[in-house]
Amino acid sequence: MKLEMKDSPGQLVAALRPISDVGGNIIAVIHQREPGSHDGLLNVQIVLDLPERRLDELVGLLQKEGVHIQRIGRERLLYRRTVIMIGHLMHTDLSDTIDRIDSTGFAEVSELAMSMPAISERSSSRLTIKSVTKEDMERAIEILRSVSQEKDLLLIEPLEEMA
Amino acid sequence: MKIAVIGLGSVGRGVLETLAGKNIGLSVTGIADSKSGYIDPSGIDIKKVLMQKKKTGRCGDAGVTAMDVVREADYDILVEVSPTNATDGEPALSYMKTAIKRKKHVVTSNKGPIALAYKELKALAKKKGVALRHEATVAGAVPVFHTVEQGLAGNDIRAVFGVLNGTCNYILTRMAEEGLTYEQALLEAREMGYAEADPTYDVKGIDAAIKLVILANTIWGNGVTLDDVDRTGIDRLTPEAIRLAEEGDCTIRLIAEADKSSGLLRVSPRIIRKNHPLVVEGSLNAISIETDLAKEITLIGKGAGSIETASAIIGDLLFIAERYGRRP
Ligand SMILES: NC(=O)c1ccc[n+]([C@@H]2O[C@H](COP(=O)([O-])OP(=O)(O)OC[C@H]3O[C@@H](n4cnc5c(N)ncnc54)[C@H](OP(=O)(O)O)[C@@H]3O)[C@@H](O)[C@H]2O)c1
Repeated sequence: MKLEMKDSPGQLVAALRPISDVGGNIIAVIHQREPGSHDGLLNVQIVLDLPERRLDELVGLLQKEGVHIQRIGRERLLYRRTVIMIGHLMHTDLSDTIDRIDSTGFAEVSELAMSMPAISERSSSRLTIKSVTKEDMERAIEILRSVSQEKDLLLIEPLEEMA
Repeated sequence: MKIAVIGLGSVGRGVLETLAGKNIGLSVTGIADSKSGYIDPSGIDIKKVLMQKKKTGRCGDAGVTAMDVVREADYDILVEVSPTNATDGEPALSYMKTAIKRKKHVVTSNKGPIALAYKELKALAKKKGVALRHEATVAGAVPVFHTVEQGLAGNDIRAVFGVLNGTCNYILTRMAEEGLTYEQALLEAREMGYAEADPTYDVKGIDAAIKLVILANTIWGNGVTLDDVDRTGIDRLTPEAIRLAEEGDCTIRLIAEADKSSGLLRVSPRIIRKNHPLVVEGSLNAISIETDLAKEITLIGKGAGSIETASAIIGDLLFIAERYGRRP
């Protein structure tokens, strides 16, 4: 589901608490700060597992917290894909590389592991990307492909989808 | 049936030694290497020729060329096992065409002509009513084409995934096992005789891409070429990258991938779970075939070697002998 809330840490916590109250399980939280975002509002996509028939209760609780729900999509899955990038990751601005994914609003880098043997040598990193749909994942990987080409990095993709 | 053998290197010798050692029912009436040729319609004494080749470096008379043997010897099947030329397939391509035009079957391990001119050769063979078989061109001893064409007859082959280059697989295995750098593992592969002095064809994924082109052309007849393959080699891999993959119970292998519906052809290093059937050790090859009926089938075996590659050639020869040969 897609939630809209005031851009403050307390707001997010307020939104997340009712989920566990109704026995839900949060799988992922994806922030998206839209360019020219309106009045400090924050868009958050929350992917969760919810026990049968607890959705109405959750919606009620969230509304009481002042959280505005934009859209509720059922049966949506969460996609995860792990890739490895090799090259001069720091010289080519790793945070920009990550931001190219995070700024899309439909995918995010949820984990990052780095290995740097020496300053002048190429480093290796493992990135786990999350998205809500398979199409979004394909788009995110396509972005990484073109960033890799642009920055002369070697992108290693997984052979198969991993849970 | 009678055969003529062009090329007496590792593969050619393996074929002849096998024929000399097993009673397979094939006689050799022509033989050639780069410098000589020998024709004997009554059957060549294989052991004698092998000995002479070892001693003198020649298998026959300097006055007889390989093309002479192809053109004039009395044989039913041409065994073409001369070196691969990936640029224009020659001179092997001409040997094959000449033989087919003479209504002779062709069996080969030579990737060049098959990757470059499969459609043309196949059409010519059909017109002349003879067989063209090339089991040994992809994954050495592994009978992938017998599996696809006979064993999986009636299946719709949807995709193929393969570990098709033993040198790359050896290097990646050693990097993973010992934490070697790419350069160290390559050096070791050379010392073990797995890598050529110039490893470009292997490590840049060109050899695997050529084999992928052969697979796609044979299975789907789609006429794809080397330029259609999206290709990345293994020469920029780091041991750290492999370690990062291994932390997630995965590793990195050079995978060739062909997909029927999307037309995708790709050779690239991929993150793959360690218990995936394509994760094989050392210089082994592996091919996974995805079909509508059988679902997934994986074949694993030796991708090179004198006798191992000869096994694929012998399989093709006996297939032809059974299908086209006169029965007693
Ligand atoms: N080795 C393997 O495990 C393996 C596996 C699969 C496929 N293959 C393919 O099988 C083929 C043979 O491989 P190989 O390892 O046996 O090669 P090789 O050891 O280099 O032997 C090549 C043989 O071909 C002869 N030759 C060279 N130029 C020739 C010409 N213009 N006309 C006639 N003969 C010629 C050579 O003659 P000289 O003896 O006079 O030099 C030699 O006897 C290659 O296309 C290779 O790609 C090999």
